[in-house]
Amino acid sequence: MAFIKTIRGIGHRVINAVWRIGVAARFFFLTIIYSGNSFRRFNLIIKELFSSGVMSLIIIIVAGLFVGMVLGLQGYETLKRYGSESALGVMVALGLVRELGPVMAALLFASRAGSAMTAEIGLMKATEQISAMEMMAVNPIARIVAPRFWAGVISMPLLAALFSAVGIFGGYLVGVVQIGVDEGSFWSQMQAAVDFREDVLNGVIKSLVFGTVVTLIALFEGFDAPPTAEGVSGATTRTVVTSSLAILMLDFVLTAIMFRGA
Amino acid sequence: MERTTLDLWVGMFVVAGIASLVFLAMKVGNLGTYNMSNTYELHAYFSNVGGLKPKASIKDAGVLVGRVVSINLDTNRYEADVVMHIDKRYQFPKDTFANILTSGLLGEQYIGLMPGGDTEMLKNGDRIKQTQSAMVLEDLISKFMFSKAAEPAATK
Repeated sequence: MAFIKTIRGIGHRVINAVWRIGVAARFFFLTIIYSGNSFRRFNLIIKELFSSGVMSLIIIIVAGLFVGMVLGLQGYETLKRYGSESALGVMVALGLVRELGPVMAALLFASRAGSAMTAEIGLMKATEQISAMEMMAVNPIARIVAPRFWAGVISMPLLAALFSAVGIFGGYLVGVVQIGVDEGSFWSQMQAAVDFREDVLNGVIKSLVFGTVVTLIALFEGFDAPPTAEGVSGATTRTVVTSSLAILMLDFVLTAIMFRGA
Repeated sequence: MERTTLDLWVGMFVVAGIASLVFLAMKVGNLGTYNMSNTYELHAYFSNVGGLKPKASIKDAGVLVGRVVSINLDTNRYEADVVMHIDKRYQFPKDTFANILTSGLLGEQYIGLMPGGDTEMLKNGDRIKQTQSAMVLEDLISKFMFSKAAEPAATK
């Protein structure tokens, strides 16, 4: 009997997971359909851009600076063995623009802004603000979800670009200013190796995908949270865990597609 | 429309993001460095291109004058057909020599052009007749080995 119970338990969890994926897909579809309204009321998006984009600026800039500085130090230590310190700029720039910029910025964004979105919407649901809106014939997806979704999608590439730019500056500070790698070769080798379409634009595409996925997960978890204190806290945790995993897995898939031939 | 401090912050955020994108494109990437819009096309057959890749640079006297666009195998001759785009500002005589060279001992490979003395210039779509293949390290080593192996019999 215990055996059957276990199997039933597993089946129940699998069916539940598939069910949630289906609901999430419908949620995404509805968000896209109702986003026309939120573009007409652009003020709503501006407000959300402030709370998710502008408020994430400091963590992105500080983290980017330090990641770039670490890349500069570690890259120098390794490249020195092969006598090619002048390629430090290439290493720092390619590492940041292709991978670390989009991925780290998305991870930070998920934990800084995504968790806040989930908690906010979950609490709105728990305090029955969403039911109240439906009562007043205001569509909560158009009024609450769509502006947050577009704010996330818009701010993610900007944050990732900022992360990469600040990181390269950090690598410059450590490599050129502190250690004394030749400044000319640092920049010129970087420019020769980094391609606008292949590297910079692919990084932007990556961060757009991450922005879409992270905000969608955060909003869906908030909307789907059980309306209790425990439910909201669980949903917030799930947002951070699920979106971090989604970012890292998607990054592998995107990298495999984009840089296969190169 | 009333203006709020919120708008200012969001504006600053967007400007900072776009500025860093421009920085990545211009200063970090190659968008600002070399504009290859005005080019003409040259072809050349090489019997071995070695590690030459599309986008490799083409240099004359160390100055970047163009880039390799594509490398295909011509099955009529079983030689590599290299298509190059050269900047319009630079014209080369008909008897220009194209070598595949290596920057540094183990560095990237590029095409070095050596202009001849012909008065006629290469035009769009022309073919460089005189080429020299890439230096392949294995060939050099085997040549060296064979000559070494042949030596003792002569000197002993």
